[in-house]
Amino acid sequence: MEIKVYHQIMDWNEDVSSQVRQTLKEHQTLLVNIMGSPGTGKTSLLKALIHSLKDQYSIGIIEGDITTAIDARAMAALDIPSVELNTDGACHIEAMSIQKILTDFDLDSLDILFVENIGNLVCPAEFDIGESLRITILSVPEGDDKVVKYPLMFTDTDCLVVNKIDVLPYFDFDIDRIKKDYQGVNPKAPMFSVSAKTNEGIDSLVAHLKEKFETLLHDPS
Amino acid sequence: MHEMEITSHILKDVLKIAKEHQACKVTEITLALGPFSGFVPECIQMYMDVIAQDTIAKNVKIQIREIPLKVHCNQCHKESLIDRTHIECPYCHSIDLKRLSGKECLIESIKVETNGNQSISSDHGLE
Repeated sequence: MEIKVYHQIMDWNEDVSSQVRQTLKEHQTLLVNIMGSPGTGKTSLLKALIHSLKDQYSIGIIEGDITTAIDARAMAALDIPSVELNTDGACHIEAMSIQKILTDFDLDSLDILFVENIGNLVCPAEFDIGESLRITILSVPEGDDKVVKYPLMFTDTDCLVVNKIDVLPYFDFDIDRIKKDYQGVNPKAPMFSVSAKTNEGIDSLVAHLKEKFETLLHDPS
Repeated sequence: MHEMEITSHILKDVLKIAKEHQACKVTEITLALGPFSGFVPECIQMYMDVIAQDTIAKNVKIQIREIPLKVHCNQCHKESLIDRTHIECPYCHSIDLKRLSGKECLIESIKVETNGNQSISSDHGLE
C-alpha cells in the first residue's frame, strides 16, 4: 500500500536554525557565515576583516574544520574568543552544531560571531545555520566559471568577495564574467574584489559590512 | 556529498511512518526534489542500500519526482517555470526574480507491505 507523507526532510535543520536565530536575537549578536572552497582565503580574509572591525565591534569566531585545529590556532593569535568546531569528516556545518557551540560564548558581550564554514563550494550553501549574513568567497586561481558551475553558493548569499586579485595578471580569470554571472543569479547582492594579502579592496568591503551590521543590529527583522 | 546524513534522516522518518502503519516491509520511497535541493538521487539510493540493510527497508527503491523551478518576476510580476541554467523572466527577460519553488526535498510517499493485509486504508493525510 502507498502512504502519502509530505514530510520536509530538511525540517530538522530549519527548526534548529530558527532557534539559533532567536537565541542570537535575544543577545543582539549577529552570526555571519563565511563560505568558500578550501584555499580560497577564508581564514586570511577573516583576519583582515577582524583587524578592521575589532575596534568597533566585539567579535567571536567559530572555526569549522573537518579534523584539525590549524585555523583555530591562527585565530587565537588575534586575541578574540574563538572555538573550534570539528565536523568529523562532514562536508558542512549544521544549525545543530552551532546551537551546541553557542553555549561556549558569552553572547551578551559579542556583537558579531563569524563562522568559518568547511572549505567546500557545494554543501554549506544548503544548510541554514541561523546566520544573519552570508558571505561567499571565490579566489582568482579557482577560475571564472564557478558561478555557473556551483549556482547555489552564489544565489543564496548576501555578498560575494573575489579574493586574491593581486594574482590576476597570472591567471586567465575574467572578473567581468564573474560579475555578469553573479548579477545574473543574484542581482541584489554586491560583489567586492579584494586581496587579503595586500589589503586592496578590503576598506570598501569593511564599509559595506559595517553598514549591514548597523542595519541588522538595529533592525534584526 | 552530504547525502549520507540526509539518507539517514529519510530512513529514520520512513521507518517511523512504516511502524505507525504496522508495515513489515518498505518497498519504495518517493522523494520530491527541486533542482536546487542539492541532493543527488543516485547517492541517496547508494547510501540507502547500505544503511537500510538490517531494517524492513532493505532493498527499498528510491523514486524521484522533480519539482520545477518556479519564479516570480519582480519587474513584470508574472510567474513562470524556468530552467536553472537560464535564469531570467521568459516574459520581460528581467533577472530580478524571487524563487517560489525549487529548493524542496521532501518525502512524498512510501510504499509498504503489511502482514498479509494489503487493505489498510492509506488516508492518513498530511504530516
